[in-house]
Amino acid sequence: MSGGDDVAVVGVGIHAFGRHDGVTGLEMGAIAARRALADAGITWQDVDFAAGGSDAAGNADTSVSILGLTGVPFVNVKNGCATGGTALTTAHAMLVSGAAEVALVVGFDKHPRGAFNPLPEDWGIGSWYGETGLMLTTQFFALKIQRYMAEYRISDSTLAKVAAKAFANGARNENAWRRHELSEEDILGARMVNHPLTQYMFCSPGEGAVALVLARGSRIRELPRVPVYLRSVAFRTRRFGSFEVFSPSIPIESAPSATTEAAAVAFEEAGIGPGDVDVAQVQDTESGAEVMHLAETGLCEHGEQESLIQSGGTQLDGRLPVNTDGGCLACGEPIGASGLRQVREVVLQLRGEAGERQVPKQCRVGFTQVYGAPGVSACTVLTV
Amino acid sequence: MTETRTLRVIDPDVIGGTEDEPHLIGSVCARCGTVTFPRQSSCPRCTSEDVQPRELATRGELWSWTIQCFPPKAPPYLPGGVEEFKPYGVGYIELPGEVRVEARLTESDPERLRIGMPMALTLIPVPGAPDKLTFAFEPVAEEEE
Repeated sequence: MSGGDDVAVVGVGIHAFGRHDGVTGLEMGAIAARRALADAGITWQDVDFAAGGSDAAGNADTSVSILGLTGVPFVNVKNGCATGGTALTTAHAMLVSGAAEVALVVGFDKHPRGAFNPLPEDWGIGSWYGETGLMLTTQFFALKIQRYMAEYRISDSTLAKVAAKAFANGARNENAWRRHELSEEDILGARMVNHPLTQYMFCSPGEGAVALVLARGSRIRELPRVPVYLRSVAFRTRRFGSFEVFSPSIPIESAPSATTEAAAVAFEEAGIGPGDVDVAQVQDTESGAEVMHLAETGLCEHGEQESLIQSGGTQLDGRLPVNTDGGCLACGEPIGASGLRQVREVVLQLRGEAGERQVPKQCRVGFTQVYGAPGVSACTVLTV
Repeated sequence: MTETRTLRVIDPDVIGGTEDEPHLIGSVCARCGTVTFPRQSSCPRCTSEDVQPRELATRGELWSWTIQCFPPKAPPYLPGGVEEFKPYGVGYIELPGEVRVEARLTESDPERLRIGMPMALTLIPVPGAPDKLTFAFEPVAEEEE
């Protein structure tokens, strides 16, 4: 079905997520890139455009000195939680325009242990905000889901079930960081971090890398792998009225989130509706984020999550399998790599190569959504 | 008492008034009426640069809440704040017709917090710098409403 302007993912590569002492983020990126090239059946010399980045582990184009100095135009991306999504958006645009035939996209990161400690001054806020004790991402997630749970009658049990599913899927993923199953009771009984979210409902900053090879038009058919078409990629930032991290105040007038807008554009450009999605990966920085993003993306209605999740609908064998590789909760969060990890997982599921965690039903349409500070979201629609 | 008391607040651009009757300083857009906190030099809604400072309401309703159960990292928290850390409440308080303000809460017992409860502005010592004051919201007893 490929036409001249079609863009497909023709190769994927990953460096395992987790903790990897002695390996730099850049080295992980290069390893993921080599694996993606091998999967695509091409060499680095065949790539005529590359984009990539990390949030905290260096300039992606430094990896060309590891991969080889071929003169390829390489765009470094540093765009917070949308770093991978932005690199993918850029490569997609270059391919669609005909400026390139084969592109490599790479995202990697390596964060120190524990929660991030950003400084208010870097976010345009006075030092009073941090000194008062308000400069914490975990507070934001807790405040957002607490309100959402009250408005849409979401239970603590549902938050725990999201995390239990993540660890069950992670246990089936050799590249995940957390590979031990935890029960709903273990998760609810764990140390409270920020009410209503316990320790195991949050992801941790981690390490890892993912690379994708994309091709356009006739080049797709010359390559060995089953192509997974990138039908759309959409990237949006927040509008006035959306509720975002590090907000000393929020307007009473509310607006659709960056995710809502990016998802709507991605579905429209793909000509595919949320109801057609067979498998989805959504940002699960914590359990509540997965719950809210399911509705913000249009994959279900606001409030429907309670019955959908309680009935097992988002498990591997459910109506709408979500975060089939364990998501951020089981894989950890290397910021630059997360968005591309989601795309890689959808590619594997659509190819039928996801091994122990392969969704049993036939999957033809996949969806990904990455979201993060300071209110950015990137979504993709992929098909076979 | 004729002694004048200097307001020892954490940031005089954020908190105004007196220690007994403090208020938060926001801004209001002259074109579209949008209220922001803290003060901004332009309107995030309509992009107008015609914005004026505004003394915000000191009472409102709890819109959402959480309990901060682990000590924040220093910086941006103060090292003394980490040493004396005890779990504290955090919430957004909806000031009617204005804006929802994020603040520490004087209440840290999850059983005693509920969305919609009335809250009032107060000042508390800055954790780790007791000679300075920051703002917080405290539950208002029902009979005071």
